[in-house]
Amino acid sequence: MKASNELWKESLAGKIPEQLVEEIETFEVEMQLRSQCKVDEKVFAETRLRRGVYGQRYDNGRRHDGTESKQLGYSNQKQTKGPDTVWDAPGMQRIKIPYGGLNPEQLELLAELAEEYSDGIAHITTRQDVQLHYIHVENTPAIMRRLASVGITTREACGNSVRNVTGCPFAGICRDEAFDVTPYAHALTQFLLGHPDAQNFGRKFKPTFSGCAQHSCGLTAMHDLGFTAAIREVDGEKQRGFKMYVGGGLGAVPRQAKLFDEFVIPEEILPLSQAMAKVFGKHGEKKIRSRARLKFMIEKMGMEQFKQKVLEEREKLEHDPCWTDYLENIDSWQEVPLHPAGETLPENGDPRFNQWRSENLRQQRQEGYVTATVTLPLGDMAPYQMRGLAEIVRQFTNGTVRSTVEQNLVIRWVSNDDVPALYEALGAIGLNEPGASCITDIVACPGTDTCKLGISSSRGLAAELRNRLERKGFELDEAIRNLHIKISGCFNSCGQHHVCDIGFYGANRTVKGFKVPHFQVVLGGQWEENAGSYGLPIVAIPSKRVPDALERITDLFVRTREADEAFTKFVGRIGKAKIRQILEDLTEELPEPEAEPTFYADWGDPRQYSIGDIGKGECAGEVVTQYEFEMAGAERMIFGAQVSLENGNPPQAGEEAYAAMLRSAKALVQIQYDDVTNDAEEIVEEFKERYFDTEIFLDPFAGPKFANYLFAAYDAFSVGAVEHTSESAHHFVEEAQLFVEAVHTCYNRIRSEPGILSNGTSAR
Amino acid sequence: MELQHVNVKIYVEGELRIDLEQLIEVFHRWVSQQTTEELLIDVADYRHVPAGPSIVLVGHEADYALDHADDRCGLVYNRKAVVEGSNTDRLKQALRAAIAACKQLESEVDRPADLRFSRQEFEVIINDRVLAPNSESAYSDCRQEVEAMLQSFCGDTGCSFQRHSEDPRCRLGVVVKTSQPIDFTSVA
Ligand code: SF4
Repeated sequence: MKASNELWKESLAGKIPEQLVEEIETFEVEMQLRSQCKVDEKVFAETRLRRGVYGQRYDNGRRHDGTESKQLGYSNQKQTKGPDTVWDAPGMQRIKIPYGGLNPEQLELLAELAEEYSDGIAHITTRQDVQLHYIHVENTPAIMRRLASVGITTREACGNSVRNVTGCPFAGICRDEAFDVTPYAHALTQFLLGHPDAQNFGRKFKPTFSGCAQHSCGLTAMHDLGFTAAIREVDGEKQRGFKMYVGGGLGAVPRQAKLFDEFVIPEEILPLSQAMAKVFGKHGEKKIRSRARLKFMIEKMGMEQFKQKVLEEREKLEHDPCWTDYLENIDSWQEVPLHPAGETLPENGDPRFNQWRSENLRQQRQEGYVTATVTLPLGDMAPYQMRGLAEIVRQFTNGTVRSTVEQNLVIRWVSNDDVPALYEALGAIGLNEPGASCITDIVACPGTDTCKLGISSSRGLAAELRNRLERKGFELDEAIRNLHIKISGCFNSCGQHHVCDIGFYGANRTVKGFKVPHFQVVLGGQWEENAGSYGLPIVAIPSKRVPDALERITDLFVRTREADEAFTKFVGRIGKAKIRQILEDLTEELPEPEAEPTFYADWGDPRQYSIGDIGKGECAGEVVTQYEFEMAGAERMIFGAQVSLENGNPPQAGEEAYAAMLRSAKALVQIQYDDVTNDAEEIVEEFKERYFDTEIFLDPFAGPKFANYLFAAYDAFSVGAVEHTSESAHHFVEEAQLFVEAVHTCYNRIRSEPGILSNGTSAR
Repeated sequence: MELQHVNVKIYVEGELRIDLEQLIEVFHRWVSQQTTEELLIDVADYRHVPAGPSIVLVGHEADYALDHADDRCGLVYNRKAVVEGSNTDRLKQALRAAIAACKQLESEVDRPADLRFSRQEFEVIINDRVLAPNSESAYSDCRQEVEAMLQSFCGDTGCSFQRHSEDPRCRLGVVVKTSQPIDFTSVA
């Protein structure tokens, strides 16, 4: 799509780590194969998801304009990048930002990408990622290259994989933390990225780190795997460790994480995570998508049995030096300030400055320094703001900024003396809004703006509520200033509506024969204590009446609150039934559609509301078996071998063809024995024993011929590199291709005759 | 230097007096009726971002936006797809598309007097940093290309030019003031 995609490849050559170069080139080959229909669309969908290349609303090539669903006229409607997903339709690029850690160079690069490939906005998500919308799939390799040049990978940002490892944005500077969790979060990120034991999940797997139990920065209770820092004393010595939680998650069926271990020493967090990934890969549900998250597996298996399996798996793991190597450099993670510690935090006569000072600044553990939260309405930033912010971060700190799960940014290590200048500098780029973590700082998922599953406009509602609350400004009662509002466009809870004071999630109802956007009001959730409790829906309110509902709930709270009662406590005391009662009339007597048509449209969207644009989401990834993945890899290698032949490099072609044979043989072996490694000898032996000796692999016509290609290749390559001429390489690539085909045929036979594996039936 | 992915921003004259809600409606109508040459896909609302892109009409080959960057409101045409031909062809294509959109917007808002685009002042930005880095020499080349395009576009030889930004992190751009107003009605 962009004229410059190839130029980036050239201009960034040598500036990107070799492994990332290889990964991006692999993805390009996969794109090429898909465009030639040589890779199944489902396999390609999961492949791109694992690169963070996600679907977006309308990517099935249709859009509802309020009265009817219309075909968008892509010139090539047939070419797809996934089931029912048009190749040319724009999508979203998710960019993983481990524990939210960003530096100025990365901010500047993200600004460039937002400008050149997206719609001029970068969006911070509720899991500290950055998202760019309306991206053409063909631009994604250039985007990945540019990101890689500043040390960012998009690998495993989506799909059935280990997602972004999140963590406290205040780690290392927080007054309440046990210790800085940053190096541990970093180590887990690096360790699990692309780890072979974490490639066979039925669904996503989300880890997080929190520095303490009482605050909400890490949200350990709602993650698949959560670590909360803890200190214990052993023989008078203070020892670091983690409380380890597993099986939490939101979504339509939310679950609180359960304690797996009271105290895990740092040396054990990586191997235990690896063991858990293995258990999830082996025993997790693969077919029923709605039951495939770890929380369901643990529920079904029981915590005791799950724990036992993890510990057994842990015992079997071969020692990996990566488990502990990083511990040697833990102290090097300590950030240093740019400017000396300041005196007392200044105040001035400007009420807005003072409000910002009290709401957005936080005293660091280190005397004389504060963090400053940059509130981003709806998590959005324009490129000029990102460039400006990069400059500010350089000017006042040593380049330390982090994204937060509340869709904001935190600048760390600001000297108290620099606070007024920082406020001015942020103001110049429209980023000194007060209200961080307050009622106006509303969190919202993308909803119907861009998400294929969105039912109601979460961002539209968030913008409306924010405007109304801001207009009230100083009139807002103190009691409600610090409430948290979170909004999701549907029950899938990407906006984390369960873990806040007042949550909303999108729903729809039919009234007078018309669809009306609604939001369920969710109460009783708790943001503090790492998302300590989950709220429940009490009533669905038409979207356009949600501001009234909010006003009534907050009024009731202000009027009847006891002393310093927290909102969650108030809801418990008053009861949901009573609160529902005061909202009930909002659900009744809706205006006639002709009299008030805007009531039948959603916030920020003038079209008559419909649910005609809801598609199949990609949050769940595609159910692609390990076999299909391995085979996609084998196909790619064969293709690579052909390209090498064309480029006059027979030795390279030979090696790639051999690798393709091994990979496809491994794909078959894995069906029966999923611990098989990448060792050629092991693959060939296992293949021989399980498929050749049992005659399962024998071809009905060619007999053992194709298997013998593999054995001959193994014999030749196991004694050293094979010197191929152009002609011999050509023959060899053909043989490899035939072997790969035979693997496909064998697999199909296994699928159509399920008993074949246990019986070892001959194909003849 | 190949000037692909040309952006043209035509400034709003004076204060913007229309409610942006209205513009959202107009853009949705354009999507529904597919009124432009490009395939139109969706409308994105970024009114909450100060001095940001505001309202974006997302298309396949190009986006349109009523943008507030640099605290100056204007209609942006952002060409995303490659345009064949010479640099002059590409610059002309973008300017023509931007003018066509401005004309259409002026005629579609409830009170046309509330929205008028400048006939004499606009920006050209090249939205691709590897094709067109924001350097002094690239600016000089780009400026000449824009000058040549304007001569053939409206015969104007007395335009003045200014570099959009000298910050190397920003995109290469030229702010143009024509000596005579461009007659929008004569632009096909
Ligand atoms: S909560 Fe629903 S609408 Fe919001 S991003 Fe998630 S799936 Fe989409």
